[in-house]
Amino acid sequence: MSKMLMIYPNKCTGCHNCELACSFEHEGSFRPGATRVHTFTWEREGFSVPLMCQQCDDAACVNVCPTGAMHQGPAGSNLVEFSQDLCIGCKLCVIACPFGSVRYDSVAKSIAKCDTCGGAPQCVAMCPSGALEFVEDAEQTRSRKQVIADKFKTIFEDVN
Amino acid sequence: MNGWTGTTLRVDLGRGTITREPTNMKVAHDYIGARGMGVKIISDEVDPHADALGPDNKLIFAPGPLTGTFAPSAGRYNVVTKSPLNGVIAGSNSGGVFGPELKFAGYDALIIEGQAKKPVFLWIKDDVVEIRDASSLWGMTVADTTEALREKTEPDAKVACIGPAGENLSLIASIMNEMHRAAGRTGVGAVMGSKKLKAIAVVGTGAITVADPVAFKAAVMDSRDKIHANPVGGAGLKAYGTDVLVNILNQSGALPVNNYQDAYSPVADKIGGESLAANQLVRPKGCFACVISCGRATKVTNPLYAGVGEGPEYESAWAFGVDSGIDNLDAIIKANYLCNEYGLDTISMGATIACAMELYELGLLTKKDTDGLDLSFGNVASMVEMVRKTGVGEGFGKRLAAGSYRLAESVGRADLSMTVKKQEMPAYDPRGVQGIGLNYATNNRGGCHVRGYTIAVEVLGQGAPTDPHATEGKAALGVAFQDLTSALDSTGSCLFATFGIGGAELASMLSALTGVEYSVDDFMKAGARVFNLERLWNLKVGYTAADDTLPPRILTEPIKTGPSKGEVNHLEEMLPEYYSLRGWDENGVPTPAKLAELSL
Repeated sequence: MSKMLMIYPNKCTGCHNCELACSFEHEGSFRPGATRVHTFTWEREGFSVPLMCQQCDDAACVNVCPTGAMHQGPAGSNLVEFSQDLCIGCKLCVIACPFGSVRYDSVAKSIAKCDTCGGAPQCVAMCPSGALEFVEDAEQTRSRKQVIADKFKTIFEDVN
Repeated sequence: MNGWTGTTLRVDLGRGTITREPTNMKVAHDYIGARGMGVKIISDEVDPHADALGPDNKLIFAPGPLTGTFAPSAGRYNVVTKSPLNGVIAGSNSGGVFGPELKFAGYDALIIEGQAKKPVFLWIKDDVVEIRDASSLWGMTVADTTEALREKTEPDAKVACIGPAGENLSLIASIMNEMHRAAGRTGVGAVMGSKKLKAIAVVGTGAITVADPVAFKAAVMDSRDKIHANPVGGAGLKAYGTDVLVNILNQSGALPVNNYQDAYSPVADKIGGESLAANQLVRPKGCFACVISCGRATKVTNPLYAGVGEGPEYESAWAFGVDSGIDNLDAIIKANYLCNEYGLDTISMGATIACAMELYELGLLTKKDTDGLDLSFGNVASMVEMVRKTGVGEGFGKRLAAGSYRLAESVGRADLSMTVKKQEMPAYDPRGVQGIGLNYATNNRGGCHVRGYTIAVEVLGQGAPTDPHATEGKAALGVAFQDLTSALDSTGSCLFATFGIGGAELASMLSALTGVEYSVDDFMKAGARVFNLERLWNLKVGYTAADDTLPPRILTEPIKTGPSKGEVNHLEEMLPEYYSLRGWDENGVPTPAKLAELSL
């Protein structure tokens, strides 16, 4: 069963633990350029949202890659994978990604893109507020539906 | 080099020079960083008799070794300087994301010296450091300054700045970062204003490396688990923020009311964290690397006080609330927003208003003094207007801007200023909680709760149970909390991490991160070293044992109502034991043996 990363901005506290976990997992240190997830914050309103690779089925980064370094994962994986040994560093994937979630890291001289930490994303593990979930296909919107279902329950209980 | 960056940045605004120097690693090991490193630098480089608002004072911004890592809730920086409010070696720390960014830019400490002739801001992007013109920013509020600087520099710049209060050298001015986070206490904003330094904007892209990544991760996860498992650190603070303390302190009979005339309020519930969560809370917020999320993104829709922002904290809600006779949470939040915009310490601002209200009711201040404002306790509109006047430095606000001690002294009633060493005591009445009184009296920055938060044990049930009305054991408790906090502040950690972890966990994370082995004893000793060095400096300023005291009201006027009715603070029962445990003589001076033990 394949999984996907779900983002709940309403739960995000803007703490950047996801970025720290990502950098540490990939590099063993804390370096802003090494992280594959980025949190944006509107300070006046106190709103934050973390963004990372959406693992597109029809991925612009895959389509433009001239060497196959950026490629779809095995059937059923739902992942866009990246092979460093095939990469020539042309950065077309960076230019193509409409979400800005593929970056070139000039320090590591490598493309930096979410690889879900091999199926155990550390951003999710270290998020203290449940703003990130890594969930099975069948469960992907369950917690969001649960919130709505809870509201329905309250309303209908009030009506009855 | 792990944990520390190994580089200190020195900027002389008078000469316009920028120099990079290697961080003194002996100092880093002995004083850890942040508060400790700042205290050591000020102690070595600033004359205790220097004018706090003159060119010879220095202003240090220092993150700690844990800052910028995922050590839980350890993303803070400390500001250290000579306080213009009371002359002590002062400081204040703040969360947000500014401290980590300074660290990523490559600096263990930023030392600001001299004074610029015209308003300037400092732009730091890694090795690029520029002193730039800030004429167009002078006079701007904090949020506007932050946004304007991002246009002048980069959209992701992290900004620490002062508002109009700091520019006007208000002695209760704060330094703000990320618009809502404050290095609030001891008037650090005025020092920044005196240097004509409007702001610091930083972008950092460097790495913080780890000596033993496996051990560090294990130590971090252990600390996270312990904080999550703690009822306060794991759930209480996220659900209700620090404002949850209103009802808790009220039920303990230690919620000061009307400038400490009483310590219990029948209407406290209206301004507590539960009320805030039900009415104005939008969502919890966390500083960098936080796992607790006590921050409050709030919104007020009441047209009289409408706005969006962050806060209030418990102490702010108390100061603008029941200490000023006010139970209107919308107005309290508005006052809090104004403090964030103008760059004012909410505790000292609110407590100064409370003092002004008592002086007004006694006829010592009249409408002639107050620009026509009725300052009776409970006057909501006057309370909010006084914050605005202080923020912009207008009329009666100019007197309030100097804090309650100078205001009360100017009418011959310094005894009605609820201050220790001229700094306003926060929201815990020492008559209802004995140990916190000892901490206020002996705290190196004057009336302050966070640098010796015995409340955690005396009221919040952390550690071994103790009666808040008892004095036994409070001297040892005070020493332990002051030393732990001195060390903790020096790592860059947040005090609230202690709702779950202590010296052992902090020492373990610090050791794995830096590769320098700190035992719990080493760690606590570093804390004692920092605390004693601050004490030595304050003695050189001219403070004596006679200043280790509390306002006469706290020592002689019993609480009138509530659970602590009839209580006063018995400082005299605790102080001699405290001196003795500290290794200080009867004059409060550290003994040569103590200094030798701490390598001072």
